[in-house]
Amino acid sequence: MALVEIRNVSKIYHLGGEEIRALDDVSVDIDGGEFISIIGPSGSGKSTLMQIAGCLDTPTRGTIKLDGAMIQDASPRQLAAIRNRKIGFVFQFFNLLPKLTVLQNVELPMVYGGASSSERRERAMQALKLVNLDNRTKHRPSQLSGGQQQRVAIARALVNDPKIIFADEPTGNLDSHTGELILQLFRQLSREGRTIILVTHDPEIAAITPRRIEIRDGKIADTVDATLAGLDRFPLQPTP
Amino acid sequence: MILLNSISIGLKDVWAHKLRSLLTMLGIILGVASLVAMAAIVKGMENGMKENMIAMGGANKVTVQDQDVPPEQEHLASEAPGCTIRDVLALRDSASMLELISPEMELDNAVVSRGENHMRPSECVGVWPAVLDMNLHTLEHGRFFTDLDEELASSVCVIGTAIRDELFGSPERTGREIIPIGETLLINEQPFTIVGMFTRYESEQEKKEREQARQARSEAKSEAGLARQRGWGRSGNWAFSRKNETIYIPLNTMWVRFRSATGTNGVPNPRLSNIDIRVVDVEQMEASLQQAKNVLMITHNGIEDFNFRSRESELETITRQIRNARLSGGIIAGIALLVGGIGIMNIMLASINERIREIGICKAIGASGPAVFAQILSEGIAISCIGALLGLGASFGLVKFLLLLSPSQNAPVITLTPMVLAVTFSAMVGIIAGIYPAIKAARLDPIQALRYE
Repeated sequence: MALVEIRNVSKIYHLGGEEIRALDDVSVDIDGGEFISIIGPSGSGKSTLMQIAGCLDTPTRGTIKLDGAMIQDASPRQLAAIRNRKIGFVFQFFNLLPKLTVLQNVELPMVYGGASSSERRERAMQALKLVNLDNRTKHRPSQLSGGQQQRVAIARALVNDPKIIFADEPTGNLDSHTGELILQLFRQLSREGRTIILVTHDPEIAAITPRRIEIRDGKIADTVDATLAGLDRFPLQPTP
Repeated sequence: MILLNSISIGLKDVWAHKLRSLLTMLGIILGVASLVAMAAIVKGMENGMKENMIAMGGANKVTVQDQDVPPEQEHLASEAPGCTIRDVLALRDSASMLELISPEMELDNAVVSRGENHMRPSECVGVWPAVLDMNLHTLEHGRFFTDLDEELASSVCVIGTAIRDELFGSPERTGREIIPIGETLLINEQPFTIVGMFTRYESEQEKKEREQARQARSEAKSEAGLARQRGWGRSGNWAFSRKNETIYIPLNTMWVRFRSATGTNGVPNPRLSNIDIRVVDVEQMEASLQQAKNVLMITHNGIEDFNFRSRESELETITRQIRNARLSGGIIAGIALLVGGIGIMNIMLASINERIREIGICKAIGASGPAVFAQILSEGIAISCIGALLGLGASFGLVKFLLLLSPSQNAPVITLTPMVLAVTFSAMVGIIAGIYPAIKAARLDPIQALRYE
């Protein structure tokens, strides 16, 4: 059984009487342990797909099964609990809370999950060790470099031991060298058996993942578009 | 657990924005401080007024005094007898609802002197011993008049401490308490022997201040000389200082020594200045006064040339004044607290707009609506409660400052009730002010919040 089963999902917005289909009858299965990228130009609907799969949003139509549970009709409160326990997010702009220290930022998901303070500290330290930042716990995000901030964000995504990690343009705000280090971190996490979904518009980044899903105009494109810049230089690898 | 964590996040946020939180609290601080200080001032006023009331002799004291005859009896005006000792005897025998009757014959423009020193007492009155009970006097030294003094019209007097202070020297000046029993003084140049002296009447506040001053003097042993008055006006409470300047002589002595030699056309004036009466039961005040009136109408040959002046109306005025002061002060402080609450709401709405993205992040990593609600609400409550506590501290300072500004006899008294009231009210204000921003934050859509720049 797949970890995520997306079946005939549509997301329709109404803007001034005009119907906008951000997602149009999309069906995807994602297995546990997969390293997958969702690729597509801006406005294609890839972010919408990530938001629906990541329980930030609910679909207009269709069903989503996450880890064996149907979530398309869940209440906002249930979705919050699922996000807290099963999903980790890494964003383009890091999205750390500026007033909190690195350690407090990493502890935050557990605060909302209701862990005791000693457990929070211990697990936050473990996660920070994993991203090699356990010597920066007392710093504020503004005192760190972009790459370090993104690693803190990854630690925060990992801290509740989620089933899936969504990374939305995780290198979009970093220089290419730092971005490469972050991607290596994702590869390492993938090797450790985590399910990672990378959302990007950049085929070069998508190239590191074994499986790619291309979204165009709210639909899954059957084939990877060869006209996307340089994608032919990164042939698809067979999914493991 | 989750709730506790949310609250702790809220508190951390209050701490993280120290200056902003303090400015937000300012409204609450001032509101609470003014409420408590105002209540303390009113309480001080109330205490002072009550002490005055007691110093003047309780609520059940009624004064019978002369008045002009009513218009329909004007042709009888020359027949009007006025209050005389006959009335007193008649009341004593017939008005059963009175428990105490004290005739007073006052000497106007009396001057008491001794050697170089002289003064005008607040009252120089010929009295019966009933006056002690009636005006709540306490004799500390010597004795009061006996029947023999009254019968023989002895030249004896009982004085208040202020008269002693003026003629013999006050303890503050001489450093020791002079008890002038057996000494002689002159009332309008007639010699009188002092047989008794009252205790020193003063309000609780004066007593405290005097004791402090004495302590300070004995500790410092300085040559400070005369104690100076601070502030303006006469120091102390007028009712008490008046009472201290009293000089009493036997009623008969007053008649023989002063009144029988004066009067119009060589006829001495036998009128009493007034008659103080005390009713047995304050509840029966009206009936008692009616009875007294019936008796007096007989002795006055049906001419109504007297009236009753009771303290009830004064008491009512005092209560009304206090109530008004309390009400207006309460309203002002309430408005201040309300404005403080609006300030909190305003700042919190602004801070939420500023933090939409942060709230979005929290929601994306699993904060539920109720958790965000609790977090924002606890921020509001924390601000108002900390503000209220700071306000309580400030109120003590404010009261100290007011004391320094005017050392009035009615020292403010801080009481617990307004403190509790103020803190409860500001906590409520904090909750109400926090609810709307908290609902707004809790309802934020995480996607839009994350996208917000």
